[in-house]
Amino acid sequence: MKFTLSWLKDHLDTDASIEALEEKLSAIGLEVESVEDPAKKLGAFRVARIVEAKRHPNADKLQIVMVETEKGKPPLEVVCGAPNARTGLVGVFAPLGTYIPGSDITLEKKPVRGVISNGMMCSAAELELSDESAGIIELPEDMAARVGEAYIDAAGLNDPVFEVKLTPNRPDCTGVRGIARDLAAAGMGKLKPEPKIEGVEGSFDSPVDVKLEFSKDTANACPVFAARYVRGVKNGPSPAWLQQRLKAVGLRPINALVDVTNYISQDRGRPLHVYDADKLKGAVRARLGKAGEKFLALDGKEYAVDETMCVIADDSGPLGLGGVIGGEESGSTDATVNVLIESAYFDPVRTAQTGRKTGLVTDARYRFERGIDPASELPGLDLATEMILKLCGGEPSKAKVAGKQPDDKRVIDFDYARVAKLSGIDIKDAEIKTILEALGCTIAGKGKAAKVTVPTWRPDIHGAADLVEEVVRIAGLDRIPLTPLERPEGVARPVLTDRQKRARRARRTLAARGLVEAVTWSFLPEGEAKAFGGGDKALELANPISVEMTFMRPGLLPGLLTALKRNQNRGFGDAALFELGQAYRGEKPEDQYNSATGVRAGSAKASGSGRHWDGAAKSVDVFDAKADVLAVLASLGFDPSKAQVTRDAPEWYHPGRSGTLRLGPKTVLAYFGELHPAALKALDVEGTVAAFEIFLDALPPQKAKSRAKPRLEANDLMPVRRDFAFVLDKGVAAGDVVRAAAGVDKVLIREVSVFDVFEGGALEKEGKKSLGIEVTLQPTAETLTDKDIEAVSAKIAAAVKSATGGEIRS
Amino acid sequence: MSSTDNGSDLQGLEAELLAGIAGAGDLAAIEQVRIAVLGKKGRVAELMQTLGKLPPEERKAFGQSVNELKGRVSEALEARKSTLEGEALAKRLESERADVTLPVRLGPVAEGRIHPVSQVYDECVEIFADMGFAVAEGPDIESDDLNFTKLNIPPEHPARQEHDTFYFQTKADGSRMLLRTHTSPVQIRTMMSQKPPIRVIAPGRVYRCDSDQTHTPMFHQIEGLVIDETTHMGHLKWVLEEFCKAFFEVDEVKMRFRASHFPFTEPSMEVDVGAEAIGKPGQWLEILGCGMVHPNVIRNCGLDPEKYQGFAFGVGLDRLAMLKYGLTDLRAFFSGDLRWLRHYGFSVLDVPTLSGGLSG
Repeated sequence: MKFTLSWLKDHLDTDASIEALEEKLSAIGLEVESVEDPAKKLGAFRVARIVEAKRHPNADKLQIVMVETEKGKPPLEVVCGAPNARTGLVGVFAPLGTYIPGSDITLEKKPVRGVISNGMMCSAAELELSDESAGIIELPEDMAARVGEAYIDAAGLNDPVFEVKLTPNRPDCTGVRGIARDLAAAGMGKLKPEPKIEGVEGSFDSPVDVKLEFSKDTANACPVFAARYVRGVKNGPSPAWLQQRLKAVGLRPINALVDVTNYISQDRGRPLHVYDADKLKGAVRARLGKAGEKFLALDGKEYAVDETMCVIADDSGPLGLGGVIGGEESGSTDATVNVLIESAYFDPVRTAQTGRKTGLVTDARYRFERGIDPASELPGLDLATEMILKLCGGEPSKAKVAGKQPDDKRVIDFDYARVAKLSGIDIKDAEIKTILEALGCTIAGKGKAAKVTVPTWRPDIHGAADLVEEVVRIAGLDRIPLTPLERPEGVARPVLTDRQKRARRARRTLAARGLVEAVTWSFLPEGEAKAFGGGDKALELANPISVEMTFMRPGLLPGLLTALKRNQNRGFGDAALFELGQAYRGEKPEDQYNSATGVRAGSAKASGSGRHWDGAAKSVDVFDAKADVLAVLASLGFDPSKAQVTRDAPEWYHPGRSGTLRLGPKTVLAYFGELHPAALKALDVEGTVAAFEIFLDALPPQKAKSRAKPRLEANDLMPVRRDFAFVLDKGVAAGDVVRAAAGVDKVLIREVSVFDVFEGGALEKEGKKSLGIEVTLQPTAETLTDKDIEAVSAKIAAAVKSATGGEIRS
Repeated sequence: MSSTDNGSDLQGLEAELLAGIAGAGDLAAIEQVRIAVLGKKGRVAELMQTLGKLPPEERKAFGQSVNELKGRVSEALEARKSTLEGEALAKRLESERADVTLPVRLGPVAEGRIHPVSQVYDECVEIFADMGFAVAEGPDIESDDLNFTKLNIPPEHPARQEHDTFYFQTKADGSRMLLRTHTSPVQIRTMMSQKPPIRVIAPGRVYRCDSDQTHTPMFHQIEGLVIDETTHMGHLKWVLEEFCKAFFEVDEVKMRFRASHFPFTEPSMEVDVGAEAIGKPGQWLEILGCGMVHPNVIRNCGLDPEKYQGFAFGVGLDRLAMLKYGLTDLRAFFSGDLRWLRHYGFSVLDVPTLSGGLSG
């Protein structure tokens, strides 16, 4: 919404500065987007006259002009390149030191082809008044009398333009008067009284009838439609002051009749429309559109209408879309003699829908979709009639009104104390009353039981809280006192849930293992969703922003792999990325799960990556992923030995180099492994990728336990370590060997580790492998004898053999 | 043989032995000298053997002299040995000299990074936890009811239209799920499931159909909600000012409150922060929207708006990160570009605390 200062002053008696107005507007909720003050931008430019033009001695295309810039002073020598520069021309002069907005330079005293130029004669483009740059500005000759005056004053351009961004709840401020009312209430001046309109109600009936043709259900589309016929008008360009105002706020003057409607729309937030009455066939009626109907709109385009849209039609069909745009064929032209003025109320919701469907963004829609003042149809009609009579002459008919104003009377029970209770401001009843009345409310009763009647132009005010808002924003938000929130006594208590703490800890554990945290999109292309266990139709967006963002992600791997690919393409192949976030198994809240997922590519191992003088890092593999998983679980206080590692994983993992960490048969804690080459190929990722997916929600809740740590059981007796090498079938799981050995004596055997795996040579041919384990025995009561050790060793060998068929390697 | 003779012999011998010791060039030589002097068949042993041949009255003195000689020679031997060992060690160590200018690996803790959004999230939690706010969470895929209707956003409101909201496919019953456009549904879920007093923040991913340099279809929000019987706009202002001071880690912060409009709050305000907080004096940064929870919203959650009141606010987590840490392109947050992540990401040990300062 744009307006100029002088326009505002039509309604507001004020001597406030531009800055004060700007600040106040923003403070009360009418956010100022820009103020263009011509005095700041163009104040230095003067009216000047060329007293003599002669050729430049050193350049064919340049002239030297002698410019009278001030009455009674000798002319200045100025170099000018404009073809239209000539003796006697009255134009616009910029003295040295002036900033030229259109060319972004500041004039300096320097020679142009050897001749010093003492300023510049300017084009309209240089002043950013238009795109015209072919020649310098030519002012009417009578302006010669004003040589030396500021150009903006002489041309009537010295009128700052404000642009405010209106929130959708303020239809009243789509008119300058509404803004003036708010400013007046906020102490920025006095709202001028409405001028009385007289002599607009004619004596004859409009020859054009108006009708509403709706069913009961749809009658709210256009509850009231008023019109007046004015015969014998003389249309043509509107007067300069009107054109200038419209132009200042970005509107294009068309002709006097149309300009009047645009002016009132801007002035009062009251859109109107004018028809060339001689082009109308039969009664003008508001009704819903019919399938197949179309019309040529004022923007020169043809629009199809449908049954949801409110159209204005005559016998020939639709003329325009109610509340959105008028029709080209029924519009007024310079030749129009008889005019029908329309002033109606169109339903905000339907107007907005029609606007969206057609994509039309118009000044009418801007106002109707916010909900214009439903009581404005007759005052608006009268105002338009008055202006038309003044500018175009003619004779008005009686007003014709179909339907009636929607009844929107709202009386709110209001307790003044509510203001202090909600806002904290200490404010007197009298001030509250003054503010509400200044905004147009009428108040009966007082104190706890006031009854506030809301003005018709404020459809946004419904309850006590809305009234509080009005009082608070006008009284000033700076009057709200900072009030400390009561805090619980003592030291602040921890607030995070176990789940939240786990997520935090998992994140920092992974980063501590050298992985870099990424945040990737929650949605991905269909193909990627399907390749990683997703693609359920219920998780497909109906209106994705691109095909790359169509399905909700079933897991975090595709996003990380896509990031990996981009990093590979940039030459960063040794990448270790992780993400901690949500993924979706379905659309229900419980289908959303949290995962800590990571990928390692190239040689991005926890111990370092890439070549190094101390030994190059090897390629990542399944064990890097497994280590990440176990490190996270351990850091979350979960004993990894309680989980089972099974040799299976989803299809996007390498079938032989991946595993699942389970807690019992049903609960999957994590997948880990190298990714399947086919899955990588689908995403164009190169090389080996080790990946893991940890399901944070699957971890059992931590049991409440004492914070004291259990007593340290440290034995002074030396532990004994014994090595065993077993020859096993290649398929035997090392984990089974370790478990069998460890199970022999849970007290004595403290640890079993694998120190060697060998699969080659002669063993390979037999389908065997060799596995070396180190068993640590911790005596508790007395030192072990050789006999004791032999006995345990024999049991270990037997247990492993019975569990896996493995023989001690001889 | 007189004792004098013996004495001068011993002196000569001692001089000879000491010279031998001094002349020993390495540890092997000194060992040879030791054997030659102190060994079973060494010179000292030889001397001792002569003891028996001496007259008894001279034995004691001679024995004492030999022992003293032995002591001095042993000492010289040890000293020489120690010197030679020192030299040998020095030589070995010299031969072991490493090129300490060679680069080393800094290890995984130096390599890993925390994403700026996570870091700023942790910072916010730290601040609000101190003011008694718990962290509430909710699903990304929401119903129309929780994302809009309960928040006093009527069906015809522009925010519900396709250009803003991601919808899922329409179901047989005509309903359709959507991606939450703000974390406000979490506020609704909280009010529906908890009795006031309520103090929560609701951080998380939110989604809007929008994409340019400052808008991405997914971004992060953190909303706050306080509901009780007395909390008013003065408390809201205080909380926001305290938050801004703590977050930007400054003693003073300039704040500007402007009246605004949101369907779910009444009165509503937009809040600007003086850019002095980020070292750019003279500008205002629009950072958040807030207001008193609309009575309709309180009622929609099954609470009595005559009894309960409170405030809500919402701020972009990504925007906070951008302002505080000087990031410029929102899209880069979600690109997984290692160069960006390494540069703008945080060390794992940068754990924000109130005692140590949020950014260390």
